[in-house]
Amino acid sequence: MTTMTDPPKASFQLSMLIYDTRYRSYTFQFIALALLIALMAFLGVNLVKNLAEQGQNISYSFLGEPAGYDINQRPIEYDSQSSHMRAALVGMINTLIVAFLGCITATIFGVTAGILRLSPNWLVRKLMAIYVEAFRNVPVLIWILIIFTIMTAVLPAPNAFRGENPASSMFLDAAAFTNRGVYIPSPIWGSGSLVVVLTFLASVFGVFYYRRYATKLLYDTGRLLPMGWPSLAILVLPTLIIFFALGQPISLDYPALKGFNFQGGLHIRGSLIALWFALAIYTGAFIAENVRAGIQAVSKGQTEAAASLGLRPKRIMNLVILPQALRVIIPPLISQYLNLTKNSSLAIAVGYMDLTGTLGGITLNQTGRAIEAVLLLMLFYLTISLAISAVMNVYNNSMKLKER
Amino acid sequence: MKKTVFLGALTLAGLAAGAAAAGTLDDVKARGKLNCGVTTGLVGFAAPDANGVWEGFDVGVCRAVAAAVLGDATAVEFVPTTGKTRFTALASGEIDLLARNTTWTFSRDTDLKFDFVGVNYYDGQGFMVPKALGVTSAKDLNGATVCIQTGTTTELNLADFFRKNNMEYEPVPIETNAEGQQQYLAGACDTYTTDASGLASTRAAFENPTDHVILPEIISKEPLGPLVRHGDNEWGDIARWTLNALIAAEEMGITSANVAELGAAAGGSPEVNRILGTEGNLGEMIGLDAQWAMRAIAAGGNYGELFEKNIGEKTPIGLARGLNAQWTEGGILYTPPFR
Repeated sequence: MTTMTDPPKASFQLSMLIYDTRYRSYTFQFIALALLIALMAFLGVNLVKNLAEQGQNISYSFLGEPAGYDINQRPIEYDSQSSHMRAALVGMINTLIVAFLGCITATIFGVTAGILRLSPNWLVRKLMAIYVEAFRNVPVLIWILIIFTIMTAVLPAPNAFRGENPASSMFLDAAAFTNRGVYIPSPIWGSGSLVVVLTFLASVFGVFYYRRYATKLLYDTGRLLPMGWPSLAILVLPTLIIFFALGQPISLDYPALKGFNFQGGLHIRGSLIALWFALAIYTGAFIAENVRAGIQAVSKGQTEAAASLGLRPKRIMNLVILPQALRVIIPPLISQYLNLTKNSSLAIAVGYMDLTGTLGGITLNQTGRAIEAVLLLMLFYLTISLAISAVMNVYNNSMKLKER
Repeated sequence: MKKTVFLGALTLAGLAAGAAAAGTLDDVKARGKLNCGVTTGLVGFAAPDANGVWEGFDVGVCRAVAAAVLGDATAVEFVPTTGKTRFTALASGEIDLLARNTTWTFSRDTDLKFDFVGVNYYDGQGFMVPKALGVTSAKDLNGATVCIQTGTTTELNLADFFRKNNMEYEPVPIETNAEGQQQYLAGACDTYTTDASGLASTRAAFENPTDHVILPEIISKEPLGPLVRHGDNEWGDIARWTLNALIAAEEMGITSANVAELGAAAGGSPEVNRILGTEGNLGEMIGLDAQWAMRAIAAGGNYGELFEKNIGEKTPIGLARGLNAQWTEGGILYTPPFR
């Protein structure tokens, strides 16, 4: 006996939203999303309602009003009559300055320490381990304060440079290290200096071109051209010749003690140095671990294969290990750069006027526009972080394994 | 589960925020403690002593209000605030009263939605320099490096002063008075500027106070006073009239020594009787009992006693009464009548 049964009809019933595994996950996701939207809406409405109750409103008109306060480090023109927007801009540039300097220095510290941590020399290896562990495990704010305090306490005040027999003297008569920062000579660009600069830039390209030519020659014919001294000659000689031929158009402005402070030259403030150095050394410790991980991710066989081909250890590192290790190193490196940039908002601890110090500090305080200022602050940091991320991703894409 | 906890916490926070908007007086009474915002430490005005007990001129105001409202001058939770955090702390309801040498300005009173309840110290911004620098006038400070507490009115006055006199300067922004003191003593700045009373107080804490001078120029008006949130007028009245009671008490000769005796029974002076509650019903009018002012005065003494004990000429801070004397003695302290 055979019974013929029809296959069940695929009809949709409401209960299937809960009992059918095919739809259940969608149901829960939808409920979660609806709840999330409701929560956000509640918070938003709550905020607006409470602000209205206090008689306040969201308004960005304060950005156009005169700021009224002064900022010590001004990369662009600014005085106390400039607008709050301008003050925020000064702060943002100051943030970018310390982030840029910090990222470069942190990379140098990190790569050096990371490679040295794998050194066969016991002492070097252990020293680097101490560096990494000590700096990685103490909050960066503490490092910023320590370095700043040491700078203020140890370095002499400008007053110590005064008088017949000053307690301190300038380094090589050109740079002064004081507890207000470091004063170094700055270049004065005379007429014709543009030619010198252009010559120098052309020389840099020349060096690259020469090295590429030498490499190509080596690969094609096996002839090895000297690399070191011709590079140096191409880099330096033309610029020097032009510089003297034009009658030395670029001169130096030396700092000199006038009145209360050193005048002239370039003033690198103690707050910038403390922040820069602390961020670099702290983030460098993290980068060192990334670099070590990256190098150890390259199989030992690669090193041995390269060694059996007769490559010297330095060449093995530069030509075989690092290019492969970079693929592992770069993604976490991006996040370290972002961390450094965001950590730079601790600047106010040493009175460095970054974005948090101007827009999120004085402007917020003087205008009382906390919500507006903080929202704007978030927007600025988000933009900076995403920009860094985008640039580094382009670099990552060019370095990563090409899969075809 | 986690989500439930989160939502629960959110509801609680919402309820707490709602409650803060209701009467501050009821909140304080229910809590049994006054939350009072003070400085992070300015000797003479508000600083913890060796035993961790807060004392000072501003602290005296907090204790007087606590005594008037709660009947206990020690029922105060002192919340140290910086120049930057003080307004947020008050606006959010974290503190009930801010007694932290805060300058009464137009925008703080109106735009920031606070109410200043009076002035407990008439001050002005000055400069302190080391004697060795040889500077005798603030006009000589062209090119100087100036340490300045960030987020204060002094920051704006400083910019105005140097702009008006066509002088240059380099501001070094600092967060707290202690930090400023450290930077100044290390020579990282040539001069330290803040309210003259603050300078005197800071200098008193130095190892060699005589090596530093406060320049004669006072570049601004700084009426310092306690403030409360705008909108809760009952609470504002209590704070205002407690301060007034302290000032009036000095004028009428009520001191911490004789307040108990004067308040025991109605005496010869009708206004003293009204303040101390032996006549009339002033206490009832501001929602307190009849002895509120008596307790406030007994807590730390009248205005003059608080001044002499904390910042007066016999203390290391050594401030003269100057503008802060009673109007009958050439100052500008002048309370409205208690009637």
